[in-house]
Amino acid sequence: MDNGTVNGIIIILLIIAFTGITLWAYSRRRKRDFDEAANLPFADEDEQPNRDTSASREAESRDDKGERNT
Amino acid sequence: MSTAFEHPTYNYKVVRQFAIMTVVWGIVGMTLGVIIAAQLVWPELNMGLPWTSFGRLRPLHTNAVIFAFGGSALFATSYYVVQRTCQVRLFADKLAAFTFWGWQAVILAAVVSLPLGYTSTKEYAELEWPIDILIALVWISYAIVFLMTIKQRRTSHIYVANWFFAAFILTVAVLHIVNSAAIPVSAMYSVSLYSGAIDAMTQWWYGHNAVGFLLTAGFLGMMYYFVPKQAERPVYSYRLSIVHFWALIMVYMWAGPHHLHYTALPNWTQSLGMVLSIILLAPSWGGMINGMMTLSGAWHKLRTDPTLRFLVVALSFYGMSTFEGPMMAVKTVNALSHYTDWTIGHVHAGALGWVAMITIGSMYHLIPRLFGRTEMYSVNLIAVHFWLATIGTVLYIASMWVNGILQGLMWRAVNPDGTLMYTFIEAVEASGPGYIVRLIGGLCWVTGMLVMAFNVFMTVRRGEGARQPLPQTA
Repeated sequence: MDNGTVNGIIIILLIIAFTGITLWAYSRRRKRDFDEAANLPFADEDEQPNRDTSASREAESRDDKGERNT
Repeated sequence: MSTAFEHPTYNYKVVRQFAIMTVVWGIVGMTLGVIIAAQLVWPELNMGLPWTSFGRLRPLHTNAVIFAFGGSALFATSYYVVQRTCQVRLFADKLAAFTFWGWQAVILAAVVSLPLGYTSTKEYAELEWPIDILIALVWISYAIVFLMTIKQRRTSHIYVANWFFAAFILTVAVLHIVNSAAIPVSAMYSVSLYSGAIDAMTQWWYGHNAVGFLLTAGFLGMMYYFVPKQAERPVYSYRLSIVHFWALIMVYMWAGPHHLHYTALPNWTQSLGMVLSIILLAPSWGGMINGMMTLSGAWHKLRTDPTLRFLVVALSFYGMSTFEGPMMAVKTVNALSHYTDWTIGHVHAGALGWVAMITIGSMYHLIPRLFGRTEMYSVNLIAVHFWLATIGTVLYIASMWVNGILQGLMWRAVNPDGTLMYTFIEAVEASGPGYIVRLIGGLCWVTGMLVMAFNVFMTVRRGEGARQPLPQTA
C-alpha cells in the first residue's frame, strides 16, 4: 500500500470516529450524566478547606451560588 | 510553610509548593526574556562572555518559561483540580513530593548546563541525556500520581478538566521519550537516534505537540476548572467539551510538518501538515467558544473581578493565536512569515496572552484558597497586573507583526536582474525600533509578575497571621 492509500484509510477511520463521538455526546440519553459531570467543580463545597474544619464549617456556607445555568 | 494549612483530606502541600514556584520561575523566565530582548537592541549586553551570549540564554529562557513556569503551573493546578473534582486525596504523597523535588532539580540542571553550552540542539528539548532521563522519571511518576488519583475517585464521572490533564501528561511522556532517544557519547554529549529529514520530522512532531499538549491541552484543563469556578457557573456545553477534546487530540498530532515548509521534508508531508493545521482551527475554537460562553449572563462580573478578566482575556488571545496559527501554516503565507519575527510574535501571543494569562488567573483563584483565605491580599493589585500584562502582550505582538512582515518583504524583494534588493543586515537594522517596543512590552510583563509576587507574599503572610488566633475548638 502506498502512502496515499494509507492516508485515505486513516482519514476515513478518523471521520467515522469523530462522527461516532459527536453522536454519542449529543445523544439525549447522555444529558443527565453530563449535567452531573459539569457540576463537579461545585460538588466539593468547602471553599476554605485548609482552615480548621471546625472553624470553616460555620464560617462558610456557599449555598448562595447565584444563578447557575443548569 | 506552616503545617497549619493542612487539609483533612487533600494533599495541598505539593500544590502550594508548585504554586509558589510558578511565580518564582515566572519572574526568572520572563526576566531572561527581557535580557535577550535587550541584547537584540544592544548586542554588547552579552558582555562578550560565552555564558551570557544570546545563543545560550535563549534556550534557557524558553526552558524556564515553558517547563519551569508553565510546568510548575500545570503540576499545581492538575494536582489541585484532580483532588477537588475526584474528591479524594492525591495518590502517594511521597511520589508526589518526588515530582516536585525532581522537577526543581531538572530546572536547576537546565539553569547550570545551558549557559555552560551543553545542548542537544533540539529546540525545546535542548537538555542533555542525563537530564532527559531524570525528566522521564519525574514524568512517569507524575502520570502514576495523577492517573491513580483518578482511579481512586469517589465521584462517578471523570470531570473534563482531568481528561485534558491526562491527555497532556500521557502525550508529553511519549513525545519526550521518543524525541530524546539518543546514543550517549560522553557524560554530557549524545547523538540523536534519528538523522536527516527524519530527525527534523521527529523534532517537530515533538515540538508542535509540546505546543499542542503541554501549552494547549494542559492549560485547557486549567481553563475547564478555573473559568467555571471563578464565574460561578458550570461550563457552557459539556457535550462540546467532549467533542472538541477528542477532535483536538486527534488532529494536533499531525500538524508538526508546518514547521518544515520548503525544507527537505517530502512535499506531501508538508501539505498534509498544512491541511491538518487548518482543520485544527475548529477544535481550538470549540474550546475558546465553550470557555467564553460559560460567562454568558455573567459578563457583569468582569467589571469587578480582575481574576476573571485574566481568564477571559486569555481565552481571547487563545482564539486569536489559534486563528493566526492555521493561517501561518498555509504554505504561501509561511513563505513570507517563516524565519521572521512574525513567528516569535505568534508564539508569544499564545505564550503570554493564553498560557501565562490563564495561569495567572488560575493562580489568583488558587493561592488564597491554599493559604486559608478567600481572596488575594489586594484585588486592586490584580487589576494593576492585568493591565500591565495586557498592554505588555499587545506591545509585544504588534511590534513582532510589523517586524516580521517587514523582514519577510525585504528578504524576498528582488531587483529586475534577479539579485536581492536588500542585504540581510539592512533587514536587521530596519527591525531595531520593533525590538525596542518588544523590550518595553517585556518589561511590562516582568513588572506585572513582581507585583504578583508581592501580592502573593502578602497573601501567604496574612494567611499565616490570620490562622494564629483561631480558637482550637475541636
